[in-house]
Amino acid sequence: MTKKAELTKKAELTRAIQAGTTAAAPALRAHSPEVSAARARRWGAFFYAEQVLRVMKGYGWTIVMYGVGQPVAYLFAMGVGLATLVETNGAAVFGGVSYLTFIAPALLISAAVMTAANEFTFPVMDGFKWRRVYYGPHASPLTPEQIAGGQVIAVTVRFLLQSAIYFAVVALFGASPGAWGWVSILIATLAGLSFGLPLMAYAATIKEDRGQFAMVMRFIVMPLFLFSGTFFPLDTLPLGVRWIGWISPIWHGTELGRVVSYGYEEEPWLTVVHLVFLLGLAAAGWVLTKHQFAKRMAS
Amino acid sequence: MRVSELASKESRVSSPSGAAPQYVITAENLTKRYGDVTAVDGISFRVPAGEAFGLLGPNGAGKSTTMKMIGGVSQRTSGSLSIMGLDPEQHGPEVRAHLGVVPQQDNLDEELKVRDNLLVYGRYFGLPMSYLKPKADELLEFAQLTDKAKSKVDALSGGMKRRLTIARSLINEPRILLLDEPTTGLDPQARHILWDRLFRLKEQGVTLILTTHYMDEAEQLCDRLIVVDKGKIMAEGSPASLIREYSTREVLELRFGSERNASVGAELEGIGERLETLPDRVLIYAHDGEAALEQVSARGLRPVTSLVRRSSLEDVFLRLTGRSLVD
Repeated sequence: MTKKAELTKKAELTRAIQAGTTAAAPALRAHSPEVSAARARRWGAFFYAEQVLRVMKGYGWTIVMYGVGQPVAYLFAMGVGLATLVETNGAAVFGGVSYLTFIAPALLISAAVMTAANEFTFPVMDGFKWRRVYYGPHASPLTPEQIAGGQVIAVTVRFLLQSAIYFAVVALFGASPGAWGWVSILIATLAGLSFGLPLMAYAATIKEDRGQFAMVMRFIVMPLFLFSGTFFPLDTLPLGVRWIGWISPIWHGTELGRVVSYGYEEEPWLTVVHLVFLLGLAAAGWVLTKHQFAKRMAS
Repeated sequence: MRVSELASKESRVSSPSGAAPQYVITAENLTKRYGDVTAVDGISFRVPAGEAFGLLGPNGAGKSTTMKMIGGVSQRTSGSLSIMGLDPEQHGPEVRAHLGVVPQQDNLDEELKVRDNLLVYGRYFGLPMSYLKPKADELLEFAQLTDKAKSKVDALSGGMKRRLTIARSLINEPRILLLDEPTTGLDPQARHILWDRLFRLKEQGVTLILTTHYMDEAEQLCDRLIVVDKGKIMAEGSPASLIREYSTREVLELRFGSERNASVGAELEGIGERLETLPDRVLIYAHDGEAALEQVSARGLRPVTSLVRRSSLEDVFLRLTGRSLVD
């Protein structure tokens, strides 16, 4: 465009704005409701995920600090401090690797599960009851299932981000010797979902807050964290408590993490069991969550 | 909004799926039961495009439940309902894409800034940012919130939150706007600002469906309304026609003190067309209120206060149900 033409166009635009019409500029127009509906049907869950991620951005710094600070603290305390004591018993107990390498995958998985215990409880209560955040999008073309899905997508993004940071720190400590160690980022995300989705379904049923979530933290998350072969191999525990590990996403995730991060040797069928357990629990949790969201929002 | 924009929107509304719908909303025998409780009991109505249609009734009359069914978020127990020719239960997203919804309780995202609330909401309709950014600014202007664009939502007053909720409901340029008790809990000034904004939307041809238990709001905003009580329609018509049909032109309000209001009734017999005795006052329905007052004085009765006013929808409701709208 020549300079003169450009000037003419500018003058036209100014005139149009002064005259109160936007004839010269492209008029601001929403696309038709049909297009809205079609896009929402297709991408609705991602539209809601966008909202949740925007809100998360508000406390993004906390997420990053949690992602970096927690592993550094734990790895230092356990892997460096405690390790000097436990390693005197010989590395054989921990599959021939350093104590730091042994607990690194466990801490990664546990962090994701603890994040799940936060992200799939209070925000759900907030959505249905406290600030009723879900009911805004509920009046838009989005469906309850998509609102649930959007939240899950956003939290999955957080799992991935947080686990990636965690893994980077672990790698810096030299605690992930295997070439496939990075796969534990995905395993941690899966473990977070497999613990979090059933919890989300439960959170969606709660109408009155009577401290249920604190109970979940104290009586479910903490025992799982302690008795899932996190700090010592599960088979060093008596059978009376070993079952806690068997039903724990943290144990299944941790064992998988150990396989990929330092080539921990276990029966191949057991590796398959870990994967199937995590996938199965996540899938069941998702089905229940969808059902519960649809039911609660329609009432 | 500009005329050119309006014209093109009209054409958009009239051609969603071939034939232009004569009525944007049609409800037949609409019923909603929660267990043993019947919240909405077989109501039928039709709303043509561009009308401001009101549901007037006391709290618990079934207004909000009706709105939720129209909004495609609550399933009906029986009856039929069609919005823009579509059944909201089968075409939820399509129906909701046509609507703007202002719920009874604000559900803004308090963790996001004022302007971001509009952007995020627009994304639910798949609207691109190139449209949403200027549109959000336009709507903030409309809602008189431009200088609050970057504020957090919790910093807003009740009236501002309400206006933001209305702005949010307009982000997709809906041709039907559902407003559930839009001004409940607002001070008189905030209500008047809101009414003014709703008037403008009406002028632009937006169909307004609103529930209220304020008779002045219904009179100000509605072309036509249904009076709802206990889930049933008691009467239907324009505010003026309802008043004409169910009340007299004027009302004389007399207060004799709470002790005497009830007993004085017999002495007022024959004045005006109808007498209504309430705990705090006596209402005499008459074509000419002043003349009625003269008759009262002529009978030697001395009320503590007297007031002649025009009949309102409150009187219609009282006549229809024997109860006041706002207790």
